Amino acid sequence: MLKYTLRRVLAMIPMLFLISIIVFSLAKLMPGDSLGGEIDPANTDPEYIEQMREKLGYNDPIYEQYFRWITNFVQGDFGKSTRYKIPANEIIMERLPNTIFLSLTSLIITYVLALAMGIYSGRKPYTLGDNTIAAANYIGLALPSFVAGVFAIYIFSFHLGWFPSNGSVDISVTEGTFEYWLSRFHHVLLPAFVLGLLNTASYTQFLRNDIIENSRKDYVRTARAKGTSESKIYNVHIFRNSVIPLVTFLGFDIVNLVGGAIITETIFTYPGIGQLFLTSVTNRDYSVLMTLTMMFSVLTLFGNLVADILYGIVDPRIRLD
Amino acid sequence: MSKLTHASKKAPLLEVNHLETAFKIDREYYNAVDNVSFTVKPRQVVGIVGESGCGKSVLSLSVMRLLPKGISEIRSGEILFDGKDLVKMSENEINNIRGKDIAMIFQEPMTSLNPVFTIGYQLQEVLLNHMEISKKEARQKSIELLKGVGISRPDKIVDEYPHQLSGGMRQRVMIAMAIACQPKLLIADEPTTALDVTVQAQILELLKEIQSANDMAIILITHDLGVVAEMCDDVIVMYAGKIVERTDVDTLFYNPKHPYTKLLMGAIPKMDEDREVLESIKGIVPSLKNMPKVGCKFAARCPHAMPECSFVTPQLAETEQGHEVACLLYETSRPKEGMNVQ
Repeated sequence: MLKYTLRRVLAMIPMLFLISIIVFSLAKLMPGDSLGGEIDPANTDPEYIEQMREKLGYNDPIYEQYFRWITNFVQGDFGKSTRYKIPANEIIMERLPNTIFLSLTSLIITYVLALAMGIYSGRKPYTLGDNTIAAANYIGLALPSFVAGVFAIYIFSFHLGWFPSNGSVDISVTEGTFEYWLSRFHHVLLPAFVLGLLNTASYTQFLRNDIIENSRKDYVRTARAKGTSESKIYNVHIFRNSVIPLVTFLGFDIVNLVGGAIITETIFTYPGIGQLFLTSVTNRDYSVLMTLTMMFSVLTLFGNLVADILYGIVDPRIRLD
Repeated sequence: MSKLTHASKKAPLLEVNHLETAFKIDREYYNAVDNVSFTVKPRQVVGIVGESGCGKSVLSLSVMRLLPKGISEIRSGEILFDGKDLVKMSENEINNIRGKDIAMIFQEPMTSLNPVFTIGYQLQEVLLNHMEISKKEARQKSIELLKGVGISRPDKIVDEYPHQLSGGMRQRVMIAMAIACQPKLLIADEPTTALDVTVQAQILELLKEIQSANDMAIILITHDLGVVAEMCDDVIVMYAGKIVERTDVDTLFYNPKHPYTKLLMGAIPKMDEDREVLESIKGIVPSLKNMPKVGCKFAARCPHAMPECSFVTPQLAETEQGHEVACLLYETSRPKEGMNVQ
């Protein structure tokens, strides 16, 4: 297992290298650059802009720029954000806790609901309860998050006033106090529910279908022939088999945990990674954009590795070596 | 109903009376097991033979109450085990009997074990279901059971997973699981069909040993008459959900009466005959939906069919002592005057 993990980690290096080349080139191929929209041509000397471009190396060929960037990057210098005027890693670290908090809350909501609903539906398929769950799930799947987000704000913030509509914390509370954390939790709930509820569909239906499929297997008949109770058959025999495919999702979830939800964060003006990523693209904030991309790539590869290792743990038929 | 006289006079262990098990197709019920009655005495080995689709497996699943839910059900009749009717039992009551008093082994050893649990876990489960013992004792007992069914290195195998074992070994594990609580009745549904010929012989030998050591009755479902000759005391021949002939194993082989049984016998390849072509019975068992409602169900394939076979339903009746047949060639099978033609 250790050898396998090590080999997989080593195999990530060339992959990350290729990803960095492609993403860097694509970012640079976008029309304009970070100076384009920022400096008002009416009162800034175009010659000065041109000077700055030359100084930042934007006029060099892309491969030279890439080489300069990757040399710094592997040495731990992620570059300075052209918009926030601070190092890229600092601005990312500032946003990261917010995003992890939001994604973790929504992920817990998704998992709890999907497990409960999936197990229920799988055990009692084609009943009223199952159909209701399926209908609710498909509505959730069909609703785009920007629609759900806007409606959630309209209903629960403006009309009912249960939740704040934006931000990550009330500015009037002091950091570190109990009220501070309560306020953060209060702020995260609404976007977390929007995210969490919209994601349950695929998990629930996946689990349901797998339970139904497994309940027709021969080993279930064997368990019945042994006098095993129906609830143990579902909760132990079938569940252990049906949870295996869900492990694939777990790999993606690790990425989502830090990748943030671009649209939901933007709608709730929640200062997270998703929002930062979007602004870094529109502002051509290359150093932030590249650092984030590399972070997502590492985590995607890492998530897949974790999923593969977990496969080996939950399914004895898969052996890693 | 006449009883077989050659068998011991003891009270039957299992008594199936007028059992009808039906499948639901397009909201209509079609009997896959049609008015079947038979008995199994303690320590008796009863073989049930017939082609694929003749209702053997459905009959055995009915006894275990393991019919696929929603699409099949027992419509009428009773299954008395030790005098109690299994048909009327609740799920909990039947769970106390399954695995303990009646156990079953299946045709497909490759898929009959749960792939994600160890052999030990699956063996211990049946012990823990029915006995008041600790997990440690159960583990010890399952190692003994594995040893008892001829598995070498049982202390290693107990921690292995099904995919690490061969088909024959898995079937041995299934047998170990079935006999764990020393059941009074073992239902073996084609236990050797999926195995190599050499392994088949070993498994049958093992079943025989266990049967005599444990004083266990066996219902052996098979389409292999060789297996029947090897194992059984009594034989029931089924066709299209009905019993067509029933007698002891010697009588069946030396003096088969029903044309279907005779044809089945003819399909056995013989060592001393030099034949190019293997005999077969023309046609197939009619599907549930196309089953004739009256008359003999075998009439369409029967070489001795008479015109009346298509509208007079033969009754299963004793033609000779201890030999029951349902065929209009025999006077006893004709419905009695005044009786409704079923």
